Amino acid sequence: MSETMEPDITVDSRGATCPGPLMDLIGKVKQSDPGTVIELQTSDDSSKSDVPDWLDEAGHNLLEVVDQGDYWSVYVETA
Amino acid sequence: MSEHIVIVGGGTGGTVLANRLADKLGAEIDSGDVQVTMVTDSQDHVYKPIWLYVPFGKKDPADARRPVAELVDRRVDITYDRVTGIDTDDKQLSLADGPAMAYDHLTLAMGVELVPDEVPGLKEGGHHFYGEDGATELRDAMAEFTEGHLVLSVIGVPHMCPAAPVEFVLMADDWLRKRGVRDDVEITYTYPIQRAHGIQSVADWATEEFEEKDINVQTFFNADEVDPEEKVLHSMEGKELDYDLLVGIPPHTGSELVTEAGLGDGGWVDVDKHTLEATAAEDVYAIGDVADVPTSKAGSVAHYEAGTVADRIASKVRGQVPTATYEGKTVCFIEAGMDEATFVEFAYGNEPTVRPASTPVHWAKLGYNESYWLTARGLL
Ligand SMILES: Cc1cc2nc3c(=O)[nH]c(=O)nc-3n(C[C@H](O)[C@H](O)[C@H](O)COP(=O)(O)OP(=O)(O)OC[C@H]3O[C@@H](n4cnc5c(N)ncnc54)[C@H](O)[C@@H]3O)c2cc1C
Repeated sequence: MSETMEPDITVDSRGATCPGPLMDLIGKVKQSDPGTVIELQTSDDSSKSDVPDWLDEAGHNLLEVVDQGDYWSVYVETA
Repeated sequence: MSEHIVIVGGGTGGTVLANRLADKLGAEIDSGDVQVTMVTDSQDHVYKPIWLYVPFGKKDPADARRPVAELVDRRVDITYDRVTGIDTDDKQLSLADGPAMAYDHLTLAMGVELVPDEVPGLKEGGHHFYGEDGATELRDAMAEFTEGHLVLSVIGVPHMCPAAPVEFVLMADDWLRKRGVRDDVEITYTYPIQRAHGIQSVADWATEEFEEKDINVQTFFNADEVDPEEKVLHSMEGKELDYDLLVGIPPHTGSELVTEAGLGDGGWVDVDKHTLEATAAEDVYAIGDVADVPTSKAGSVAHYEAGTVADRIASKVRGQVPTATYEGKTVCFIEAGMDEATFVEFAYGNEPTVRPASTPVHWAKLGYNESYWLTARGLL
């Protein structure tokens, strides 16, 4: 599952507070072609709700959220 | 051999730092043990908060400019040139017109760059008040604007002064009321995330103010294209907004020099948020807008950070262990109309309290704008 998931792009937003991680993700989605898999690394708890909410709003897919101990990997596929 | 302290940038952070260093290390500079040099690409220092008042005819862009040489202590050498490269291994800078400059301690204070081109059509279709020319053109457009849809869109964060877009719409609302045309103008404010501002308490306060003043809010709105012919703003979320007057807060980036020197992604210098020391190089600091710290891109931040870095560099030069740290202190005044304001103050990990707006705070903001020149000189 998560161990085998190979993102096309990794966005390291660890250490950034809200809304930093979400904005970093939005910036990358803007530059990506449809079907790109992006891993967002975030240590900000609120990303777990605001990222899925935005993906819903913008029509992209949330693949998986993996707890990595001191941060989360949020895997996203652009539509 | 004297120790060479170099500061890149003659804006808020660079100027306060230069003056603080001259003050702290005056004796060492006089004896020739220390040299402080500021490298800046403009003869003028620009105080950007003045631009917020230009669209309403309350200030002129000339009010925001002063010669750098008038503000910087005479013990600081000023080189007017553009830095074109940073070599942190050899500890030297390349300059556009002059020879390479070696440093022992380097502070980067280059501020941000606006990149409106990232949004197709924005330059042709939108106005802004984040630059001198933009603010003047917006003043002319506002003077003629008596009916229709005024849209202010915050395109991407971070941007300079997170409060300014909120201030602009609240001021526009009041200004249009005073001109007797507010009933003929619809105002919409858009923000990229799920609330009206990055800071929750400011978002709550602004949302209430907007509701009371009949200002529409669209959240999760990331403008990605402007159609200047049809006057439509499109978002990544598939939304569309028709406008008659568009004020877009242009996307910002840090400095290309930073990325090229391997000091941080996106042009923002990766620093320790307390010591402001670059994580990727020795004896390099960053302050102000170009530093990647989890607080606002505001002049007050640049000012407090400059104090910390001045203390740390002075300690190092004297062979002492630096102990000064920056705790994230941020102070922002927020105009809530043409004659009322509030302010917020916070530090890392704190949520600010927003007090009800009042006239005295508005006058305090205007007073601060005047006394800013003393702040830059290091006197306040
Ligand atoms: C409309 C508006 C309103 C604002 N209102 C407020 C407010 O009310 N309160 C507040 O606290 N903040 C406010 N700000 C934000 C504030 O102006 C900035 O945060 C502040 O100027 C940052 O200081 P700085 O030293 O990092 O950068 P700047 O002041 O932008 O200075 C950067 C300097 O670096 C120079 N430079 C850049 N690149 C190079 C290079 N390669 N070589 C040499 N020199 C270079 C530039 O010429 C400039 O002198 C506002 C900003 C705007 C746009």
